[in-house]
Amino acid sequence: MNITVNGNTVEAREGEMLLTTLQRAGVRVPTLCHMPDLFPSGACRMCVVEVEGMRGLVPSCAHPVSENMNVKTHSPRVVRARKTIVELLPADHPDDCLYCVRNGNCELQKLANELGIRERRYAGKRTPDKMDTSSPSIVRDPDKCILCGRCVRVCEEVQGVSAIDFAGRGSNTVISTAFDQGLNVSSCINCGQCVMVCPTGALREQSDTKRVVDALNDPEKYVVVQHAPSVSVTLAEEFGAKPGSDICGIMTTALRQLGFDRVFDTAFSADLTILEEASELAHRIQNGGKLPMMTSCSPGWIKFVEQYFPEFIGNLSTCKSPQQMLGAVIKSFFADRENIDPKNIVSVAIMPCTAKKFEAQRPEMVRNGLPDVDAVLTTRELARLIRLRGIDLDTLEPEMQDTPFGERSTAGKLFGATGGVMEAAMRTANYLLTGEELKQLNVRAVRGLDGIKEARVTINGVELGVAVVNGLGNARRLLEEVRDGYRDLHFIEVMTCPGGCIGGGGQPLGTDPEAVKARMQTLYKIDRDGDVRTSHGNPAVQRLYKEFLGNPLGGKSHELLHTHYAKRETLT
Amino acid sequence: MTAIADIQTVLHKHTNAGRDALIPILQEVQEVHGYLSKEAVVQIGRHLKLPASKIYGVATFYNQFRFNAPGKYHIQVCRGTACHVKGSANVLDALTRELGVAPGETTRDGVFSLEIVACIGACGLAPVISVNGEFHAGMTPEKIKTVLDAYRKEAEGEPTDD
Repeated sequence: MNITVNGNTVEAREGEMLLTTLQRAGVRVPTLCHMPDLFPSGACRMCVVEVEGMRGLVPSCAHPVSENMNVKTHSPRVVRARKTIVELLPADHPDDCLYCVRNGNCELQKLANELGIRERRYAGKRTPDKMDTSSPSIVRDPDKCILCGRCVRVCEEVQGVSAIDFAGRGSNTVISTAFDQGLNVSSCINCGQCVMVCPTGALREQSDTKRVVDALNDPEKYVVVQHAPSVSVTLAEEFGAKPGSDICGIMTTALRQLGFDRVFDTAFSADLTILEEASELAHRIQNGGKLPMMTSCSPGWIKFVEQYFPEFIGNLSTCKSPQQMLGAVIKSFFADRENIDPKNIVSVAIMPCTAKKFEAQRPEMVRNGLPDVDAVLTTRELARLIRLRGIDLDTLEPEMQDTPFGERSTAGKLFGATGGVMEAAMRTANYLLTGEELKQLNVRAVRGLDGIKEARVTINGVELGVAVVNGLGNARRLLEEVRDGYRDLHFIEVMTCPGGCIGGGGQPLGTDPEAVKARMQTLYKIDRDGDVRTSHGNPAVQRLYKEFLGNPLGGKSHELLHTHYAKRETLT
Repeated sequence: MTAIADIQTVLHKHTNAGRDALIPILQEVQEVHGYLSKEAVVQIGRHLKLPASKIYGVATFYNQFRFNAPGKYHIQVCRGTACHVKGSANVLDALTRELGVAPGETTRDGVFSLEIVACIGACGLAPVISVNGEFHAGMTPEKIKTVLDAYRKEAEGEPTDD
């Protein structure tokens, strides 16, 4: 069908919302509460347009197209309405952009600029709100909140958690946890997807930057850093590169310039995780252990199971996540080998994730009074640190990572995307069970951005049912089906965030699926071009087993690389 | 009967209820307990398959729901138009100062709880407060202490429940 937009004929599709048509036609209509792929809420009215024959302005995000519709997107009336909306928002918003974490990338700031707002027209009575700094992962600053509701919707509709919702009424409305408790004791799983969609500085990560800088400046401290598989394919976006640019070598150089004594790769310990996890899967299958086994790399998912599905705790792999595994071998094997007192090691992890901050603080992740990992920085925080130190990435020559934990297989690198753990595990499980490599290393059925992917794979004559899930709303659906007996599965990979770690809550802000797709393609390209494509083929991992750990699932592994979980009481 | 059993009794009356039963359930639970406890919200949430944050959101939308156990004496301060004109803001100020609690809260000793209501329907007595349904007309900040002291005396004179 055709509609008229600002005097031009534009093709529209039956049943779609007007905003979708306009965006496809390249007509830019500002939005605030709009979230692609989610049901429109029509709350903020930023996207209003004039439709001939309609009495008032209509929100284009929630208004279906109809034949021969005549639309004006930037008539004086429309622009005045939008302007008034943006002028009203700061009436209860602090004027401290200069000190705000979102200074320069705030959507409210951007809209005010676009609409040419140059004065405060409405000075409302400000209601001061208290900041919630209770969570190790996320800081909530309700003063900066404009009540667009995107955090509420992502928490409910994408993650199936609903830790927060609107509370109160009228001008007293706030976003709140149940009973206005701190996030740390709420049902929040620390995934940070709310941070990714927040248009202002109302939600941000709990920053560990200062601790890390202090450690780097302390000559007594030996500061080591690890970076997660997905960070090298997203960091460049913080500096203006297009999504999908991999700068692993340059990032290594930058980390050295920041003063880190050793630069390790979490993809190395992802390989280690695969050896432990594939062995655990084989052991469970051969010895009648609890199935389906579920991956344990994603700390948001772990807390989700602990609070919503305690009956599945026994299904979780006992493997620590790659971050914690590397932390544990840094403060044991590496400290011994280099003759450094583990007390003087500050172990930093660069992660795509806010929940990793929570994970590092779990009491189970402490050995001999020392945490496996001391501080976790998100991709965004690393970018800030690089800017702070005035490092120009464009001028850096790529460097190699350090031994003994700098070598990785490309299977470990795949951990950054949904399906990657499963693919890496299948490659190694096949080798462990048959002594042979998979003929076709690419396990295509588990690739891609679909919420739930399922496949049947045959290893050593045994048919296994595997499933890959991203986004906890999908995980909830699958778990309910497993619980009710509808699924015949042996192994389930779950990543908390949509797309996996490449869409993690610590990544460059925003949830553009095209960006996530580009990052994913880069990971698969790295794998396709890799020399070592299986975790068991990683020579550094083989050496670690030979010199220190013994065998997968052995005594040392049990002590350092495995953990346990417990039912969690929260206000769900 | 225990608190949980009370809630279960209410929920039992709403077997197979959907989320549209939320407000009647909240009202009935508050009727029994005098307020909505965290425990009650969790139980109701399990019954209706609703997250606690959502129930809290709905309950805070309405003035009628309380989240603290009411005191022995529940004080309602009328903030309707007539009372406002006659100075009920000052009466409320005096009450919060004297009791050391904000509206919606209960004093630590459990004797008083404070609530704002929109209009008691006794405009002729403005500004008016009601203590356990007993009306006190023509309140002023000065009179507040006298009224509270009388109840304090009464509370001390009687043996407490626990």
